[in-house]
Amino acid sequence: MHMHKLEKVWLIIGVVTLIAFLSTVGYQAFASGHAPPSDLTKLDPEKVHETEPFDEPGLKQIGDNEYELVMVLESFGFTPHEIEIPQGATVKFIVTSVDVVHGFEIAGTRVNMMVTPGHVNSMTYKFNEKGEYLILCNEYCGVGHHMMSASLEVK
Amino acid sequence: MNKLDSRLSMAHFYIAFTAIAIGGLFGLLQTLVRSEMITLPSSLNYYQILTAHGVLMAIVFTTFFIFGFLYASVVRTTGELSCGKRRAAWIGFWMMTVGMVLGVIIIMLGEATVLYTFYAPLEAHPLFYIALALIIVGTYFGSFAIIKQYNDWRKQHKGEKSPLIVFMAVATLVLWLIATIGVVATVVLQFIPWSIGWVDEINIALSRTLFWYFGHPLVYFWLLPAYMAWYVIVPKIIGGKIFSDSLARLAFLLFILFSIPVGFHHQLLEPGISHEWKFIQVVLTFAVIIPSLMTAFALFATFEMRGRSLGGKGLFGWVKKLPWKDVRFLAPFMGMAIFIPAGAGGIINASNQMNQVVHNTIWVTGHFHLTIGATVALTFFGISYWLIPHLKGRVLTKQLNGLAIYQSVLWVVGMLIMSGAMHFSGLLGNPRRTQVTTYFDHSVATSWGAYETAMAVGGSLLFISLILYLTLMINLSFFAPKGQEEFPIGEEADESIQPPAILENWKVWIGIAFALILFAYTIPIIDIIQNAPPGSKGFKFW
Repeated sequence: MHMHKLEKVWLIIGVVTLIAFLSTVGYQAFASGHAPPSDLTKLDPEKVHETEPFDEPGLKQIGDNEYELVMVLESFGFTPHEIEIPQGATVKFIVTSVDVVHGFEIAGTRVNMMVTPGHVNSMTYKFNEKGEYLILCNEYCGVGHHMMSASLEVK
Repeated sequence: MNKLDSRLSMAHFYIAFTAIAIGGLFGLLQTLVRSEMITLPSSLNYYQILTAHGVLMAIVFTTFFIFGFLYASVVRTTGELSCGKRRAAWIGFWMMTVGMVLGVIIIMLGEATVLYTFYAPLEAHPLFYIALALIIVGTYFGSFAIIKQYNDWRKQHKGEKSPLIVFMAVATLVLWLIATIGVVATVVLQFIPWSIGWVDEINIALSRTLFWYFGHPLVYFWLLPAYMAWYVIVPKIIGGKIFSDSLARLAFLLFILFSIPVGFHHQLLEPGISHEWKFIQVVLTFAVIIPSLMTAFALFATFEMRGRSLGGKGLFGWVKKLPWKDVRFLAPFMGMAIFIPAGAGGIINASNQMNQVVHNTIWVTGHFHLTIGATVALTFFGISYWLIPHLKGRVLTKQLNGLAIYQSVLWVVGMLIMSGAMHFSGLLGNPRRTQVTTYFDHSVATSWGAYETAMAVGGSLLFISLILYLTLMINLSFFAPKGQEEFPIGEEADESIQPPAILENWKVWIGIAFALILFAYTIPIIDIIQNAPPGSKGFKFW
């Protein structure tokens, strides 16, 4: 197939850029541990309240300024919905849904994950800056979806 | 064009225009609600009109417009449809129309406030899913008519290359047929039995995976007809030539290969799918950049060659020679120009990590209002300005052309304001698909207000532009002066070059497409089925 010389140059530049880009993305995912949240843990969505760790949702200290925050999402709220942590804390969020699909987002950060019933999702984030953070549901979950939020204070 | 086939295309356009009229009004209402300029009457729920907006714009307007355009393109280049094919096309039209009317009624009755992505376990009335199935099965009848026309043409013209626009129409439908397997499977095998009550539970991860197997190629189903106009029609409008017939065909085939086995990039933040498989699909997603770069090169090569042949000098002198005052060129050109930032936004969305900042924020809404709402819509506007008068035996007069330019420029301005505000406030975390809220006066949420106002300004300009568009369409259908408006079909720069035969060997390309799909999906889907948690019963939270 005939291809114009300049088009070949154009495509070669494009493909090389693409390979460089995908290598960066792959390196971040596999070598730097920045893969998107992909927890494979499963549970019965009708037995969330009896299943560990969701039988006791809340904040637990697990190390030096390291915490685990277990949260249960249901239309239209988070349990717990008011959380306080010290500045510099590293928090592992562990979440699930008892009903429909929800989203777990902390506005203005990269904390963002889908929460689907029957599955547990999780990710870790370090809070370097003080402030009132807003946790919100970013997946439509019904008529009260825009009320579904929680607050996280970093002191 | 013969009366019977014109009527077929026009029937599709009338439905498309009705859909964009109602859907556009609902879009305007959403921007006004979110910016706190109005409140909806208690009989209308925000999420209900959001559902209707999505279904009417993304499913009904696009699909009907595309079929109207594909029929006209095929008839223009291969002759009229036989009675049998035309009957199949009409059966398809009526199935789609019944599906659309039924779907809209169910939504307006408040029985399906599940948004147009209908994620389980929110459970709509079974008729909503049946309506969606009718629309899709209806398209199969139309696809049959067009593909049969192509096959018959090839039998009668052995050894000749098929008309480029027909090849592209068939490629678009091949993509559509392979893609809809996913949504038909989930709707027919999962949603319908579950919503009727034959089964109690639904596998959430499976339904989402099948949906997104369809959801991404769906956007290419919208885009490829726009590409048909860019590759084949725009060169003729500017008086130039198609840069390369073979490379255009190859680009369409690559879109079939690389737009389907990639749905996981919409599910990057989901549990239950390992991040290795997500990454594999991210890599396949980005392969689509190659045919996109080929398209960009071919189009700008056509423009430059034409501009230079008209005496354009220097590096960019040819730009001035292009017919900027012809809406048939200007509208699709503005669509192409917008596709450059829109495509860059798409790259961000599909990036394994950057997605985390923008996923499910209103940035994403801003993104697809640039791609489908601007790039595709502007190209479709450009097409309709000559195609409607062509089909109705009327002409686009100079005065109407002037109004049409005004309409498309206003659309661009409105969309840039609205979509720009969506992108910026999305970066601050403003979620998509959310009724106006301050989250109990949380300081983070109150800072989004100015952007919401900008969205309403953009939305209002878009609505004014839409009214002008519909007025022009009514005028071009029933009142414009009678005459012969051209259906422009471009010719190749060098007609002597025969495309390699492999480009029309569909078995090869469909075979590779399925091989890639099986590679990208088999193991994850087996895992999703075999290691599924207990399924979900339905919820009706509206």
